[in-house]
Amino acid sequence: MARELIHAIVDGILTGGVYALMAVGLTLIFGVLDIINIAQGVLVILGAYLSYSLSTRAHIDLFTGLLITIPVMFIIGVVIHWAFIRRLRGTERTSMTLLVTYAVALIIEGILYKAYGADDVQLQASYTTSSVHIFGFYLPWIFIYGFIVAVCLVVALYLLLYRTRLGRSVRATMQDENAARLVGIEVNRVAALTFGIGVAVTAVGGMFFGATNAFNPNSGYDLISRLLAIIILGGLGSIGGALAASVFMLTLESVVTIWQPTWAIAVFYAALVLVLLIRPTGFLGRKAVRAQ
Amino acid sequence: MRPAIPWLSTKALALSAIAVVAAGGLAACTSSSSSTSSGAPSSSSSAPSSAAGGGAPITIGASLSLTGDFSADGQAFQKGYNLWAKDVNAKGGILGRQVKITVLNDASNPTQAVTNYQTLINTDHVDLTFGPFSSLITGPSSAVAARAGYALIEGAGGAPSVFNTPQNQADHNVFDVSLPIADELVPFVNYIASLPAAQRPKTAAYPMADDPFADPPVQLAQSKLEALGVKTVYSKIFPAEVAAYTPAADQVAGKAPDLVVLGSTDVPTVGAFMQAFEQQHYVPKMFIAAAGPDQGADFTKAVGAGNATGVMVPNGWYPSYANPDSQAMVKEYVAQYGGTASDVNADVAEAYAVGQIAAQAITATGGTDNGKIITYLHQATSLTSVQGPVKFDSLGGNTAAAAFIFQWQKGGTYSQVLPLGSPGSVSILATKPAWTK
Repeated sequence: MARELIHAIVDGILTGGVYALMAVGLTLIFGVLDIINIAQGVLVILGAYLSYSLSTRAHIDLFTGLLITIPVMFIIGVVIHWAFIRRLRGTERTSMTLLVTYAVALIIEGILYKAYGADDVQLQASYTTSSVHIFGFYLPWIFIYGFIVAVCLVVALYLLLYRTRLGRSVRATMQDENAARLVGIEVNRVAALTFGIGVAVTAVGGMFFGATNAFNPNSGYDLISRLLAIIILGGLGSIGGALAASVFMLTLESVVTIWQPTWAIAVFYAALVLVLLIRPTGFLGRKAVRAQ
Repeated sequence: MRPAIPWLSTKALALSAIAVVAAGGLAACTSSSSSTSSGAPSSSSSAPSSAAGGGAPITIGASLSLTGDFSADGQAFQKGYNLWAKDVNAKGGILGRQVKITVLNDASNPTQAVTNYQTLINTDHVDLTFGPFSSLITGPSSAVAARAGYALIEGAGGAPSVFNTPQNQADHNVFDVSLPIADELVPFVNYIASLPAAQRPKTAAYPMADDPFADPPVQLAQSKLEALGVKTVYSKIFPAEVAAYTPAADQVAGKAPDLVVLGSTDVPTVGAFMQAFEQQHYVPKMFIAAAGPDQGADFTKAVGAGNATGVMVPNGWYPSYANPDSQAMVKEYVAQYGGTASDVNADVAEAYAVGQIAAQAITATGGTDNGKIITYLHQATSLTSVQGPVKFDSLGGNTAAAAFIFQWQKGGTYSQVLPLGSPGSVSILATKPAWTK
């Protein structure tokens, strides 16, 4: 049993890395724009399909393909912001974005059905099924890569936000949009870039999701509730929190699966409620996070 | 004015909590209302003109999962219904009346399916109702049909939970033209029983998705195999939609059973278990899944043709089934939708068979009186379909359906292997080969 428990914990940590890759974009967009991007799950699937097309039609390796899919997803994000998000104003803006991004999700899902059909597909590469033997356990390379990339991505986004001019503009916009305008920051441009970056990182999450799960155009809806739970638990807007919450939630679910798999989902959401009761701002949802 | 903690807007926190609940609901309902076309007619295969048939068209309504988790199956079902309607209409219709099928999209959501059947029956006043896809959706849908006195002729609701609803036990209005799923794995169990004791698997694992379709055949197989002395090392039900199948699959791999009987509903579940097994360097000697491997190219695209070799799945039909109607249907399907015969999955045949049984009932009763059709279908002994003979018991199960086990074999061929010696059966690959793309 101890061996199974250790294996489940390792599985949970590694799978958590993959979920973090999908959640960081969502929390970044919320942190800057104060909107819940319901389309994030479908955008993950869009990213997976882009990787699938490059892999099957152009025979481009999944990692190499990210050099193409990340910029493409960035442009898609900017276009979505320009077409749908920037027009929303007033006190109901946050709630309206729920509906608007839901509509965006439906549009993208429809396009994906048209382009790829309803059949399930999965990304294939030598490293998606291979593993390394460490301390008596076989650890899948794809999950190891996913975890490493997740950590690197969190660090990169942190550096972008706290060590660059764009990051300063982003944080200034978050703190006070009007004041940011007064000091010459192009707030709309910053918002568009941030939304673009938030969507661009889903290209990475989509690639790893597609390499570890078969997917179809509808798969994004199963994801979004989990991603929202993760970013709330991690602390809305906290990129590091998204990683911590992903690892926590997926490890918990993995461990519960050993004993009673039917409880896995219930425990996942029960943990969210319990943690929020004790710590309403989530793991890293503190003012201190912003002050770094 | 921004809140004291600018990073965390309290209003947005509340909204996001609502969003989580809403999205959770969405996911739980298998993204039902995500479809823009829910409740709206998505297609109709209508008569060229009523004059051609000489009377008002026979209107048939069905709810299908054109989007959502069951969309691959739902869309295949729609093709089957439309193909049948096209064939019937090309031959002059039924009793000289053309056939018009209206399909509403339920987005894989049982609640939406119930609404759809209420619309079809109470608003559209269709003459007949055809079934949706999956036992999960057929059960509640049949209750709507029963209340209105309609027969529900269906091809993908073979779970005991469908036949045993109080409405069906009272009204006997469900007619499943396909194989009752509880018996699907019986030929496989019989095969194990036929092996010399030394060649039988010693241990078995039974991971099952929480679904009325997936569990009954696996649980029946487990009890029968235990009686044969096959030791159960894992038997657990997991939610149909988990974040990752890896923990459960790894746990199975850790126990290294000789046989894995997977209670699956779709390709992703089977693919996830196979991927995890390969990552854990575990190859079961025998691997059979309740559903997924029957999806033709959809399955091999997801898992790789090499890895599919040796994988088995129960079913009642396959593309090269030696039945003239079936062969004609496959030919028409390929002509209309392209691809090859192996791309035609069993859903198409199940849907086509629904139409065939309905046509025989309409012809025999001289019209679309549902009461007469229900009575006729329970009494008829010579019904036939592309899936073979059909004979209904008192609850609508097809007692004449034959159960087969199919296996992916070397070269990417999908062959009937069980029952041994049955017409069409080829030699079974007794031991699954190592994983290879």
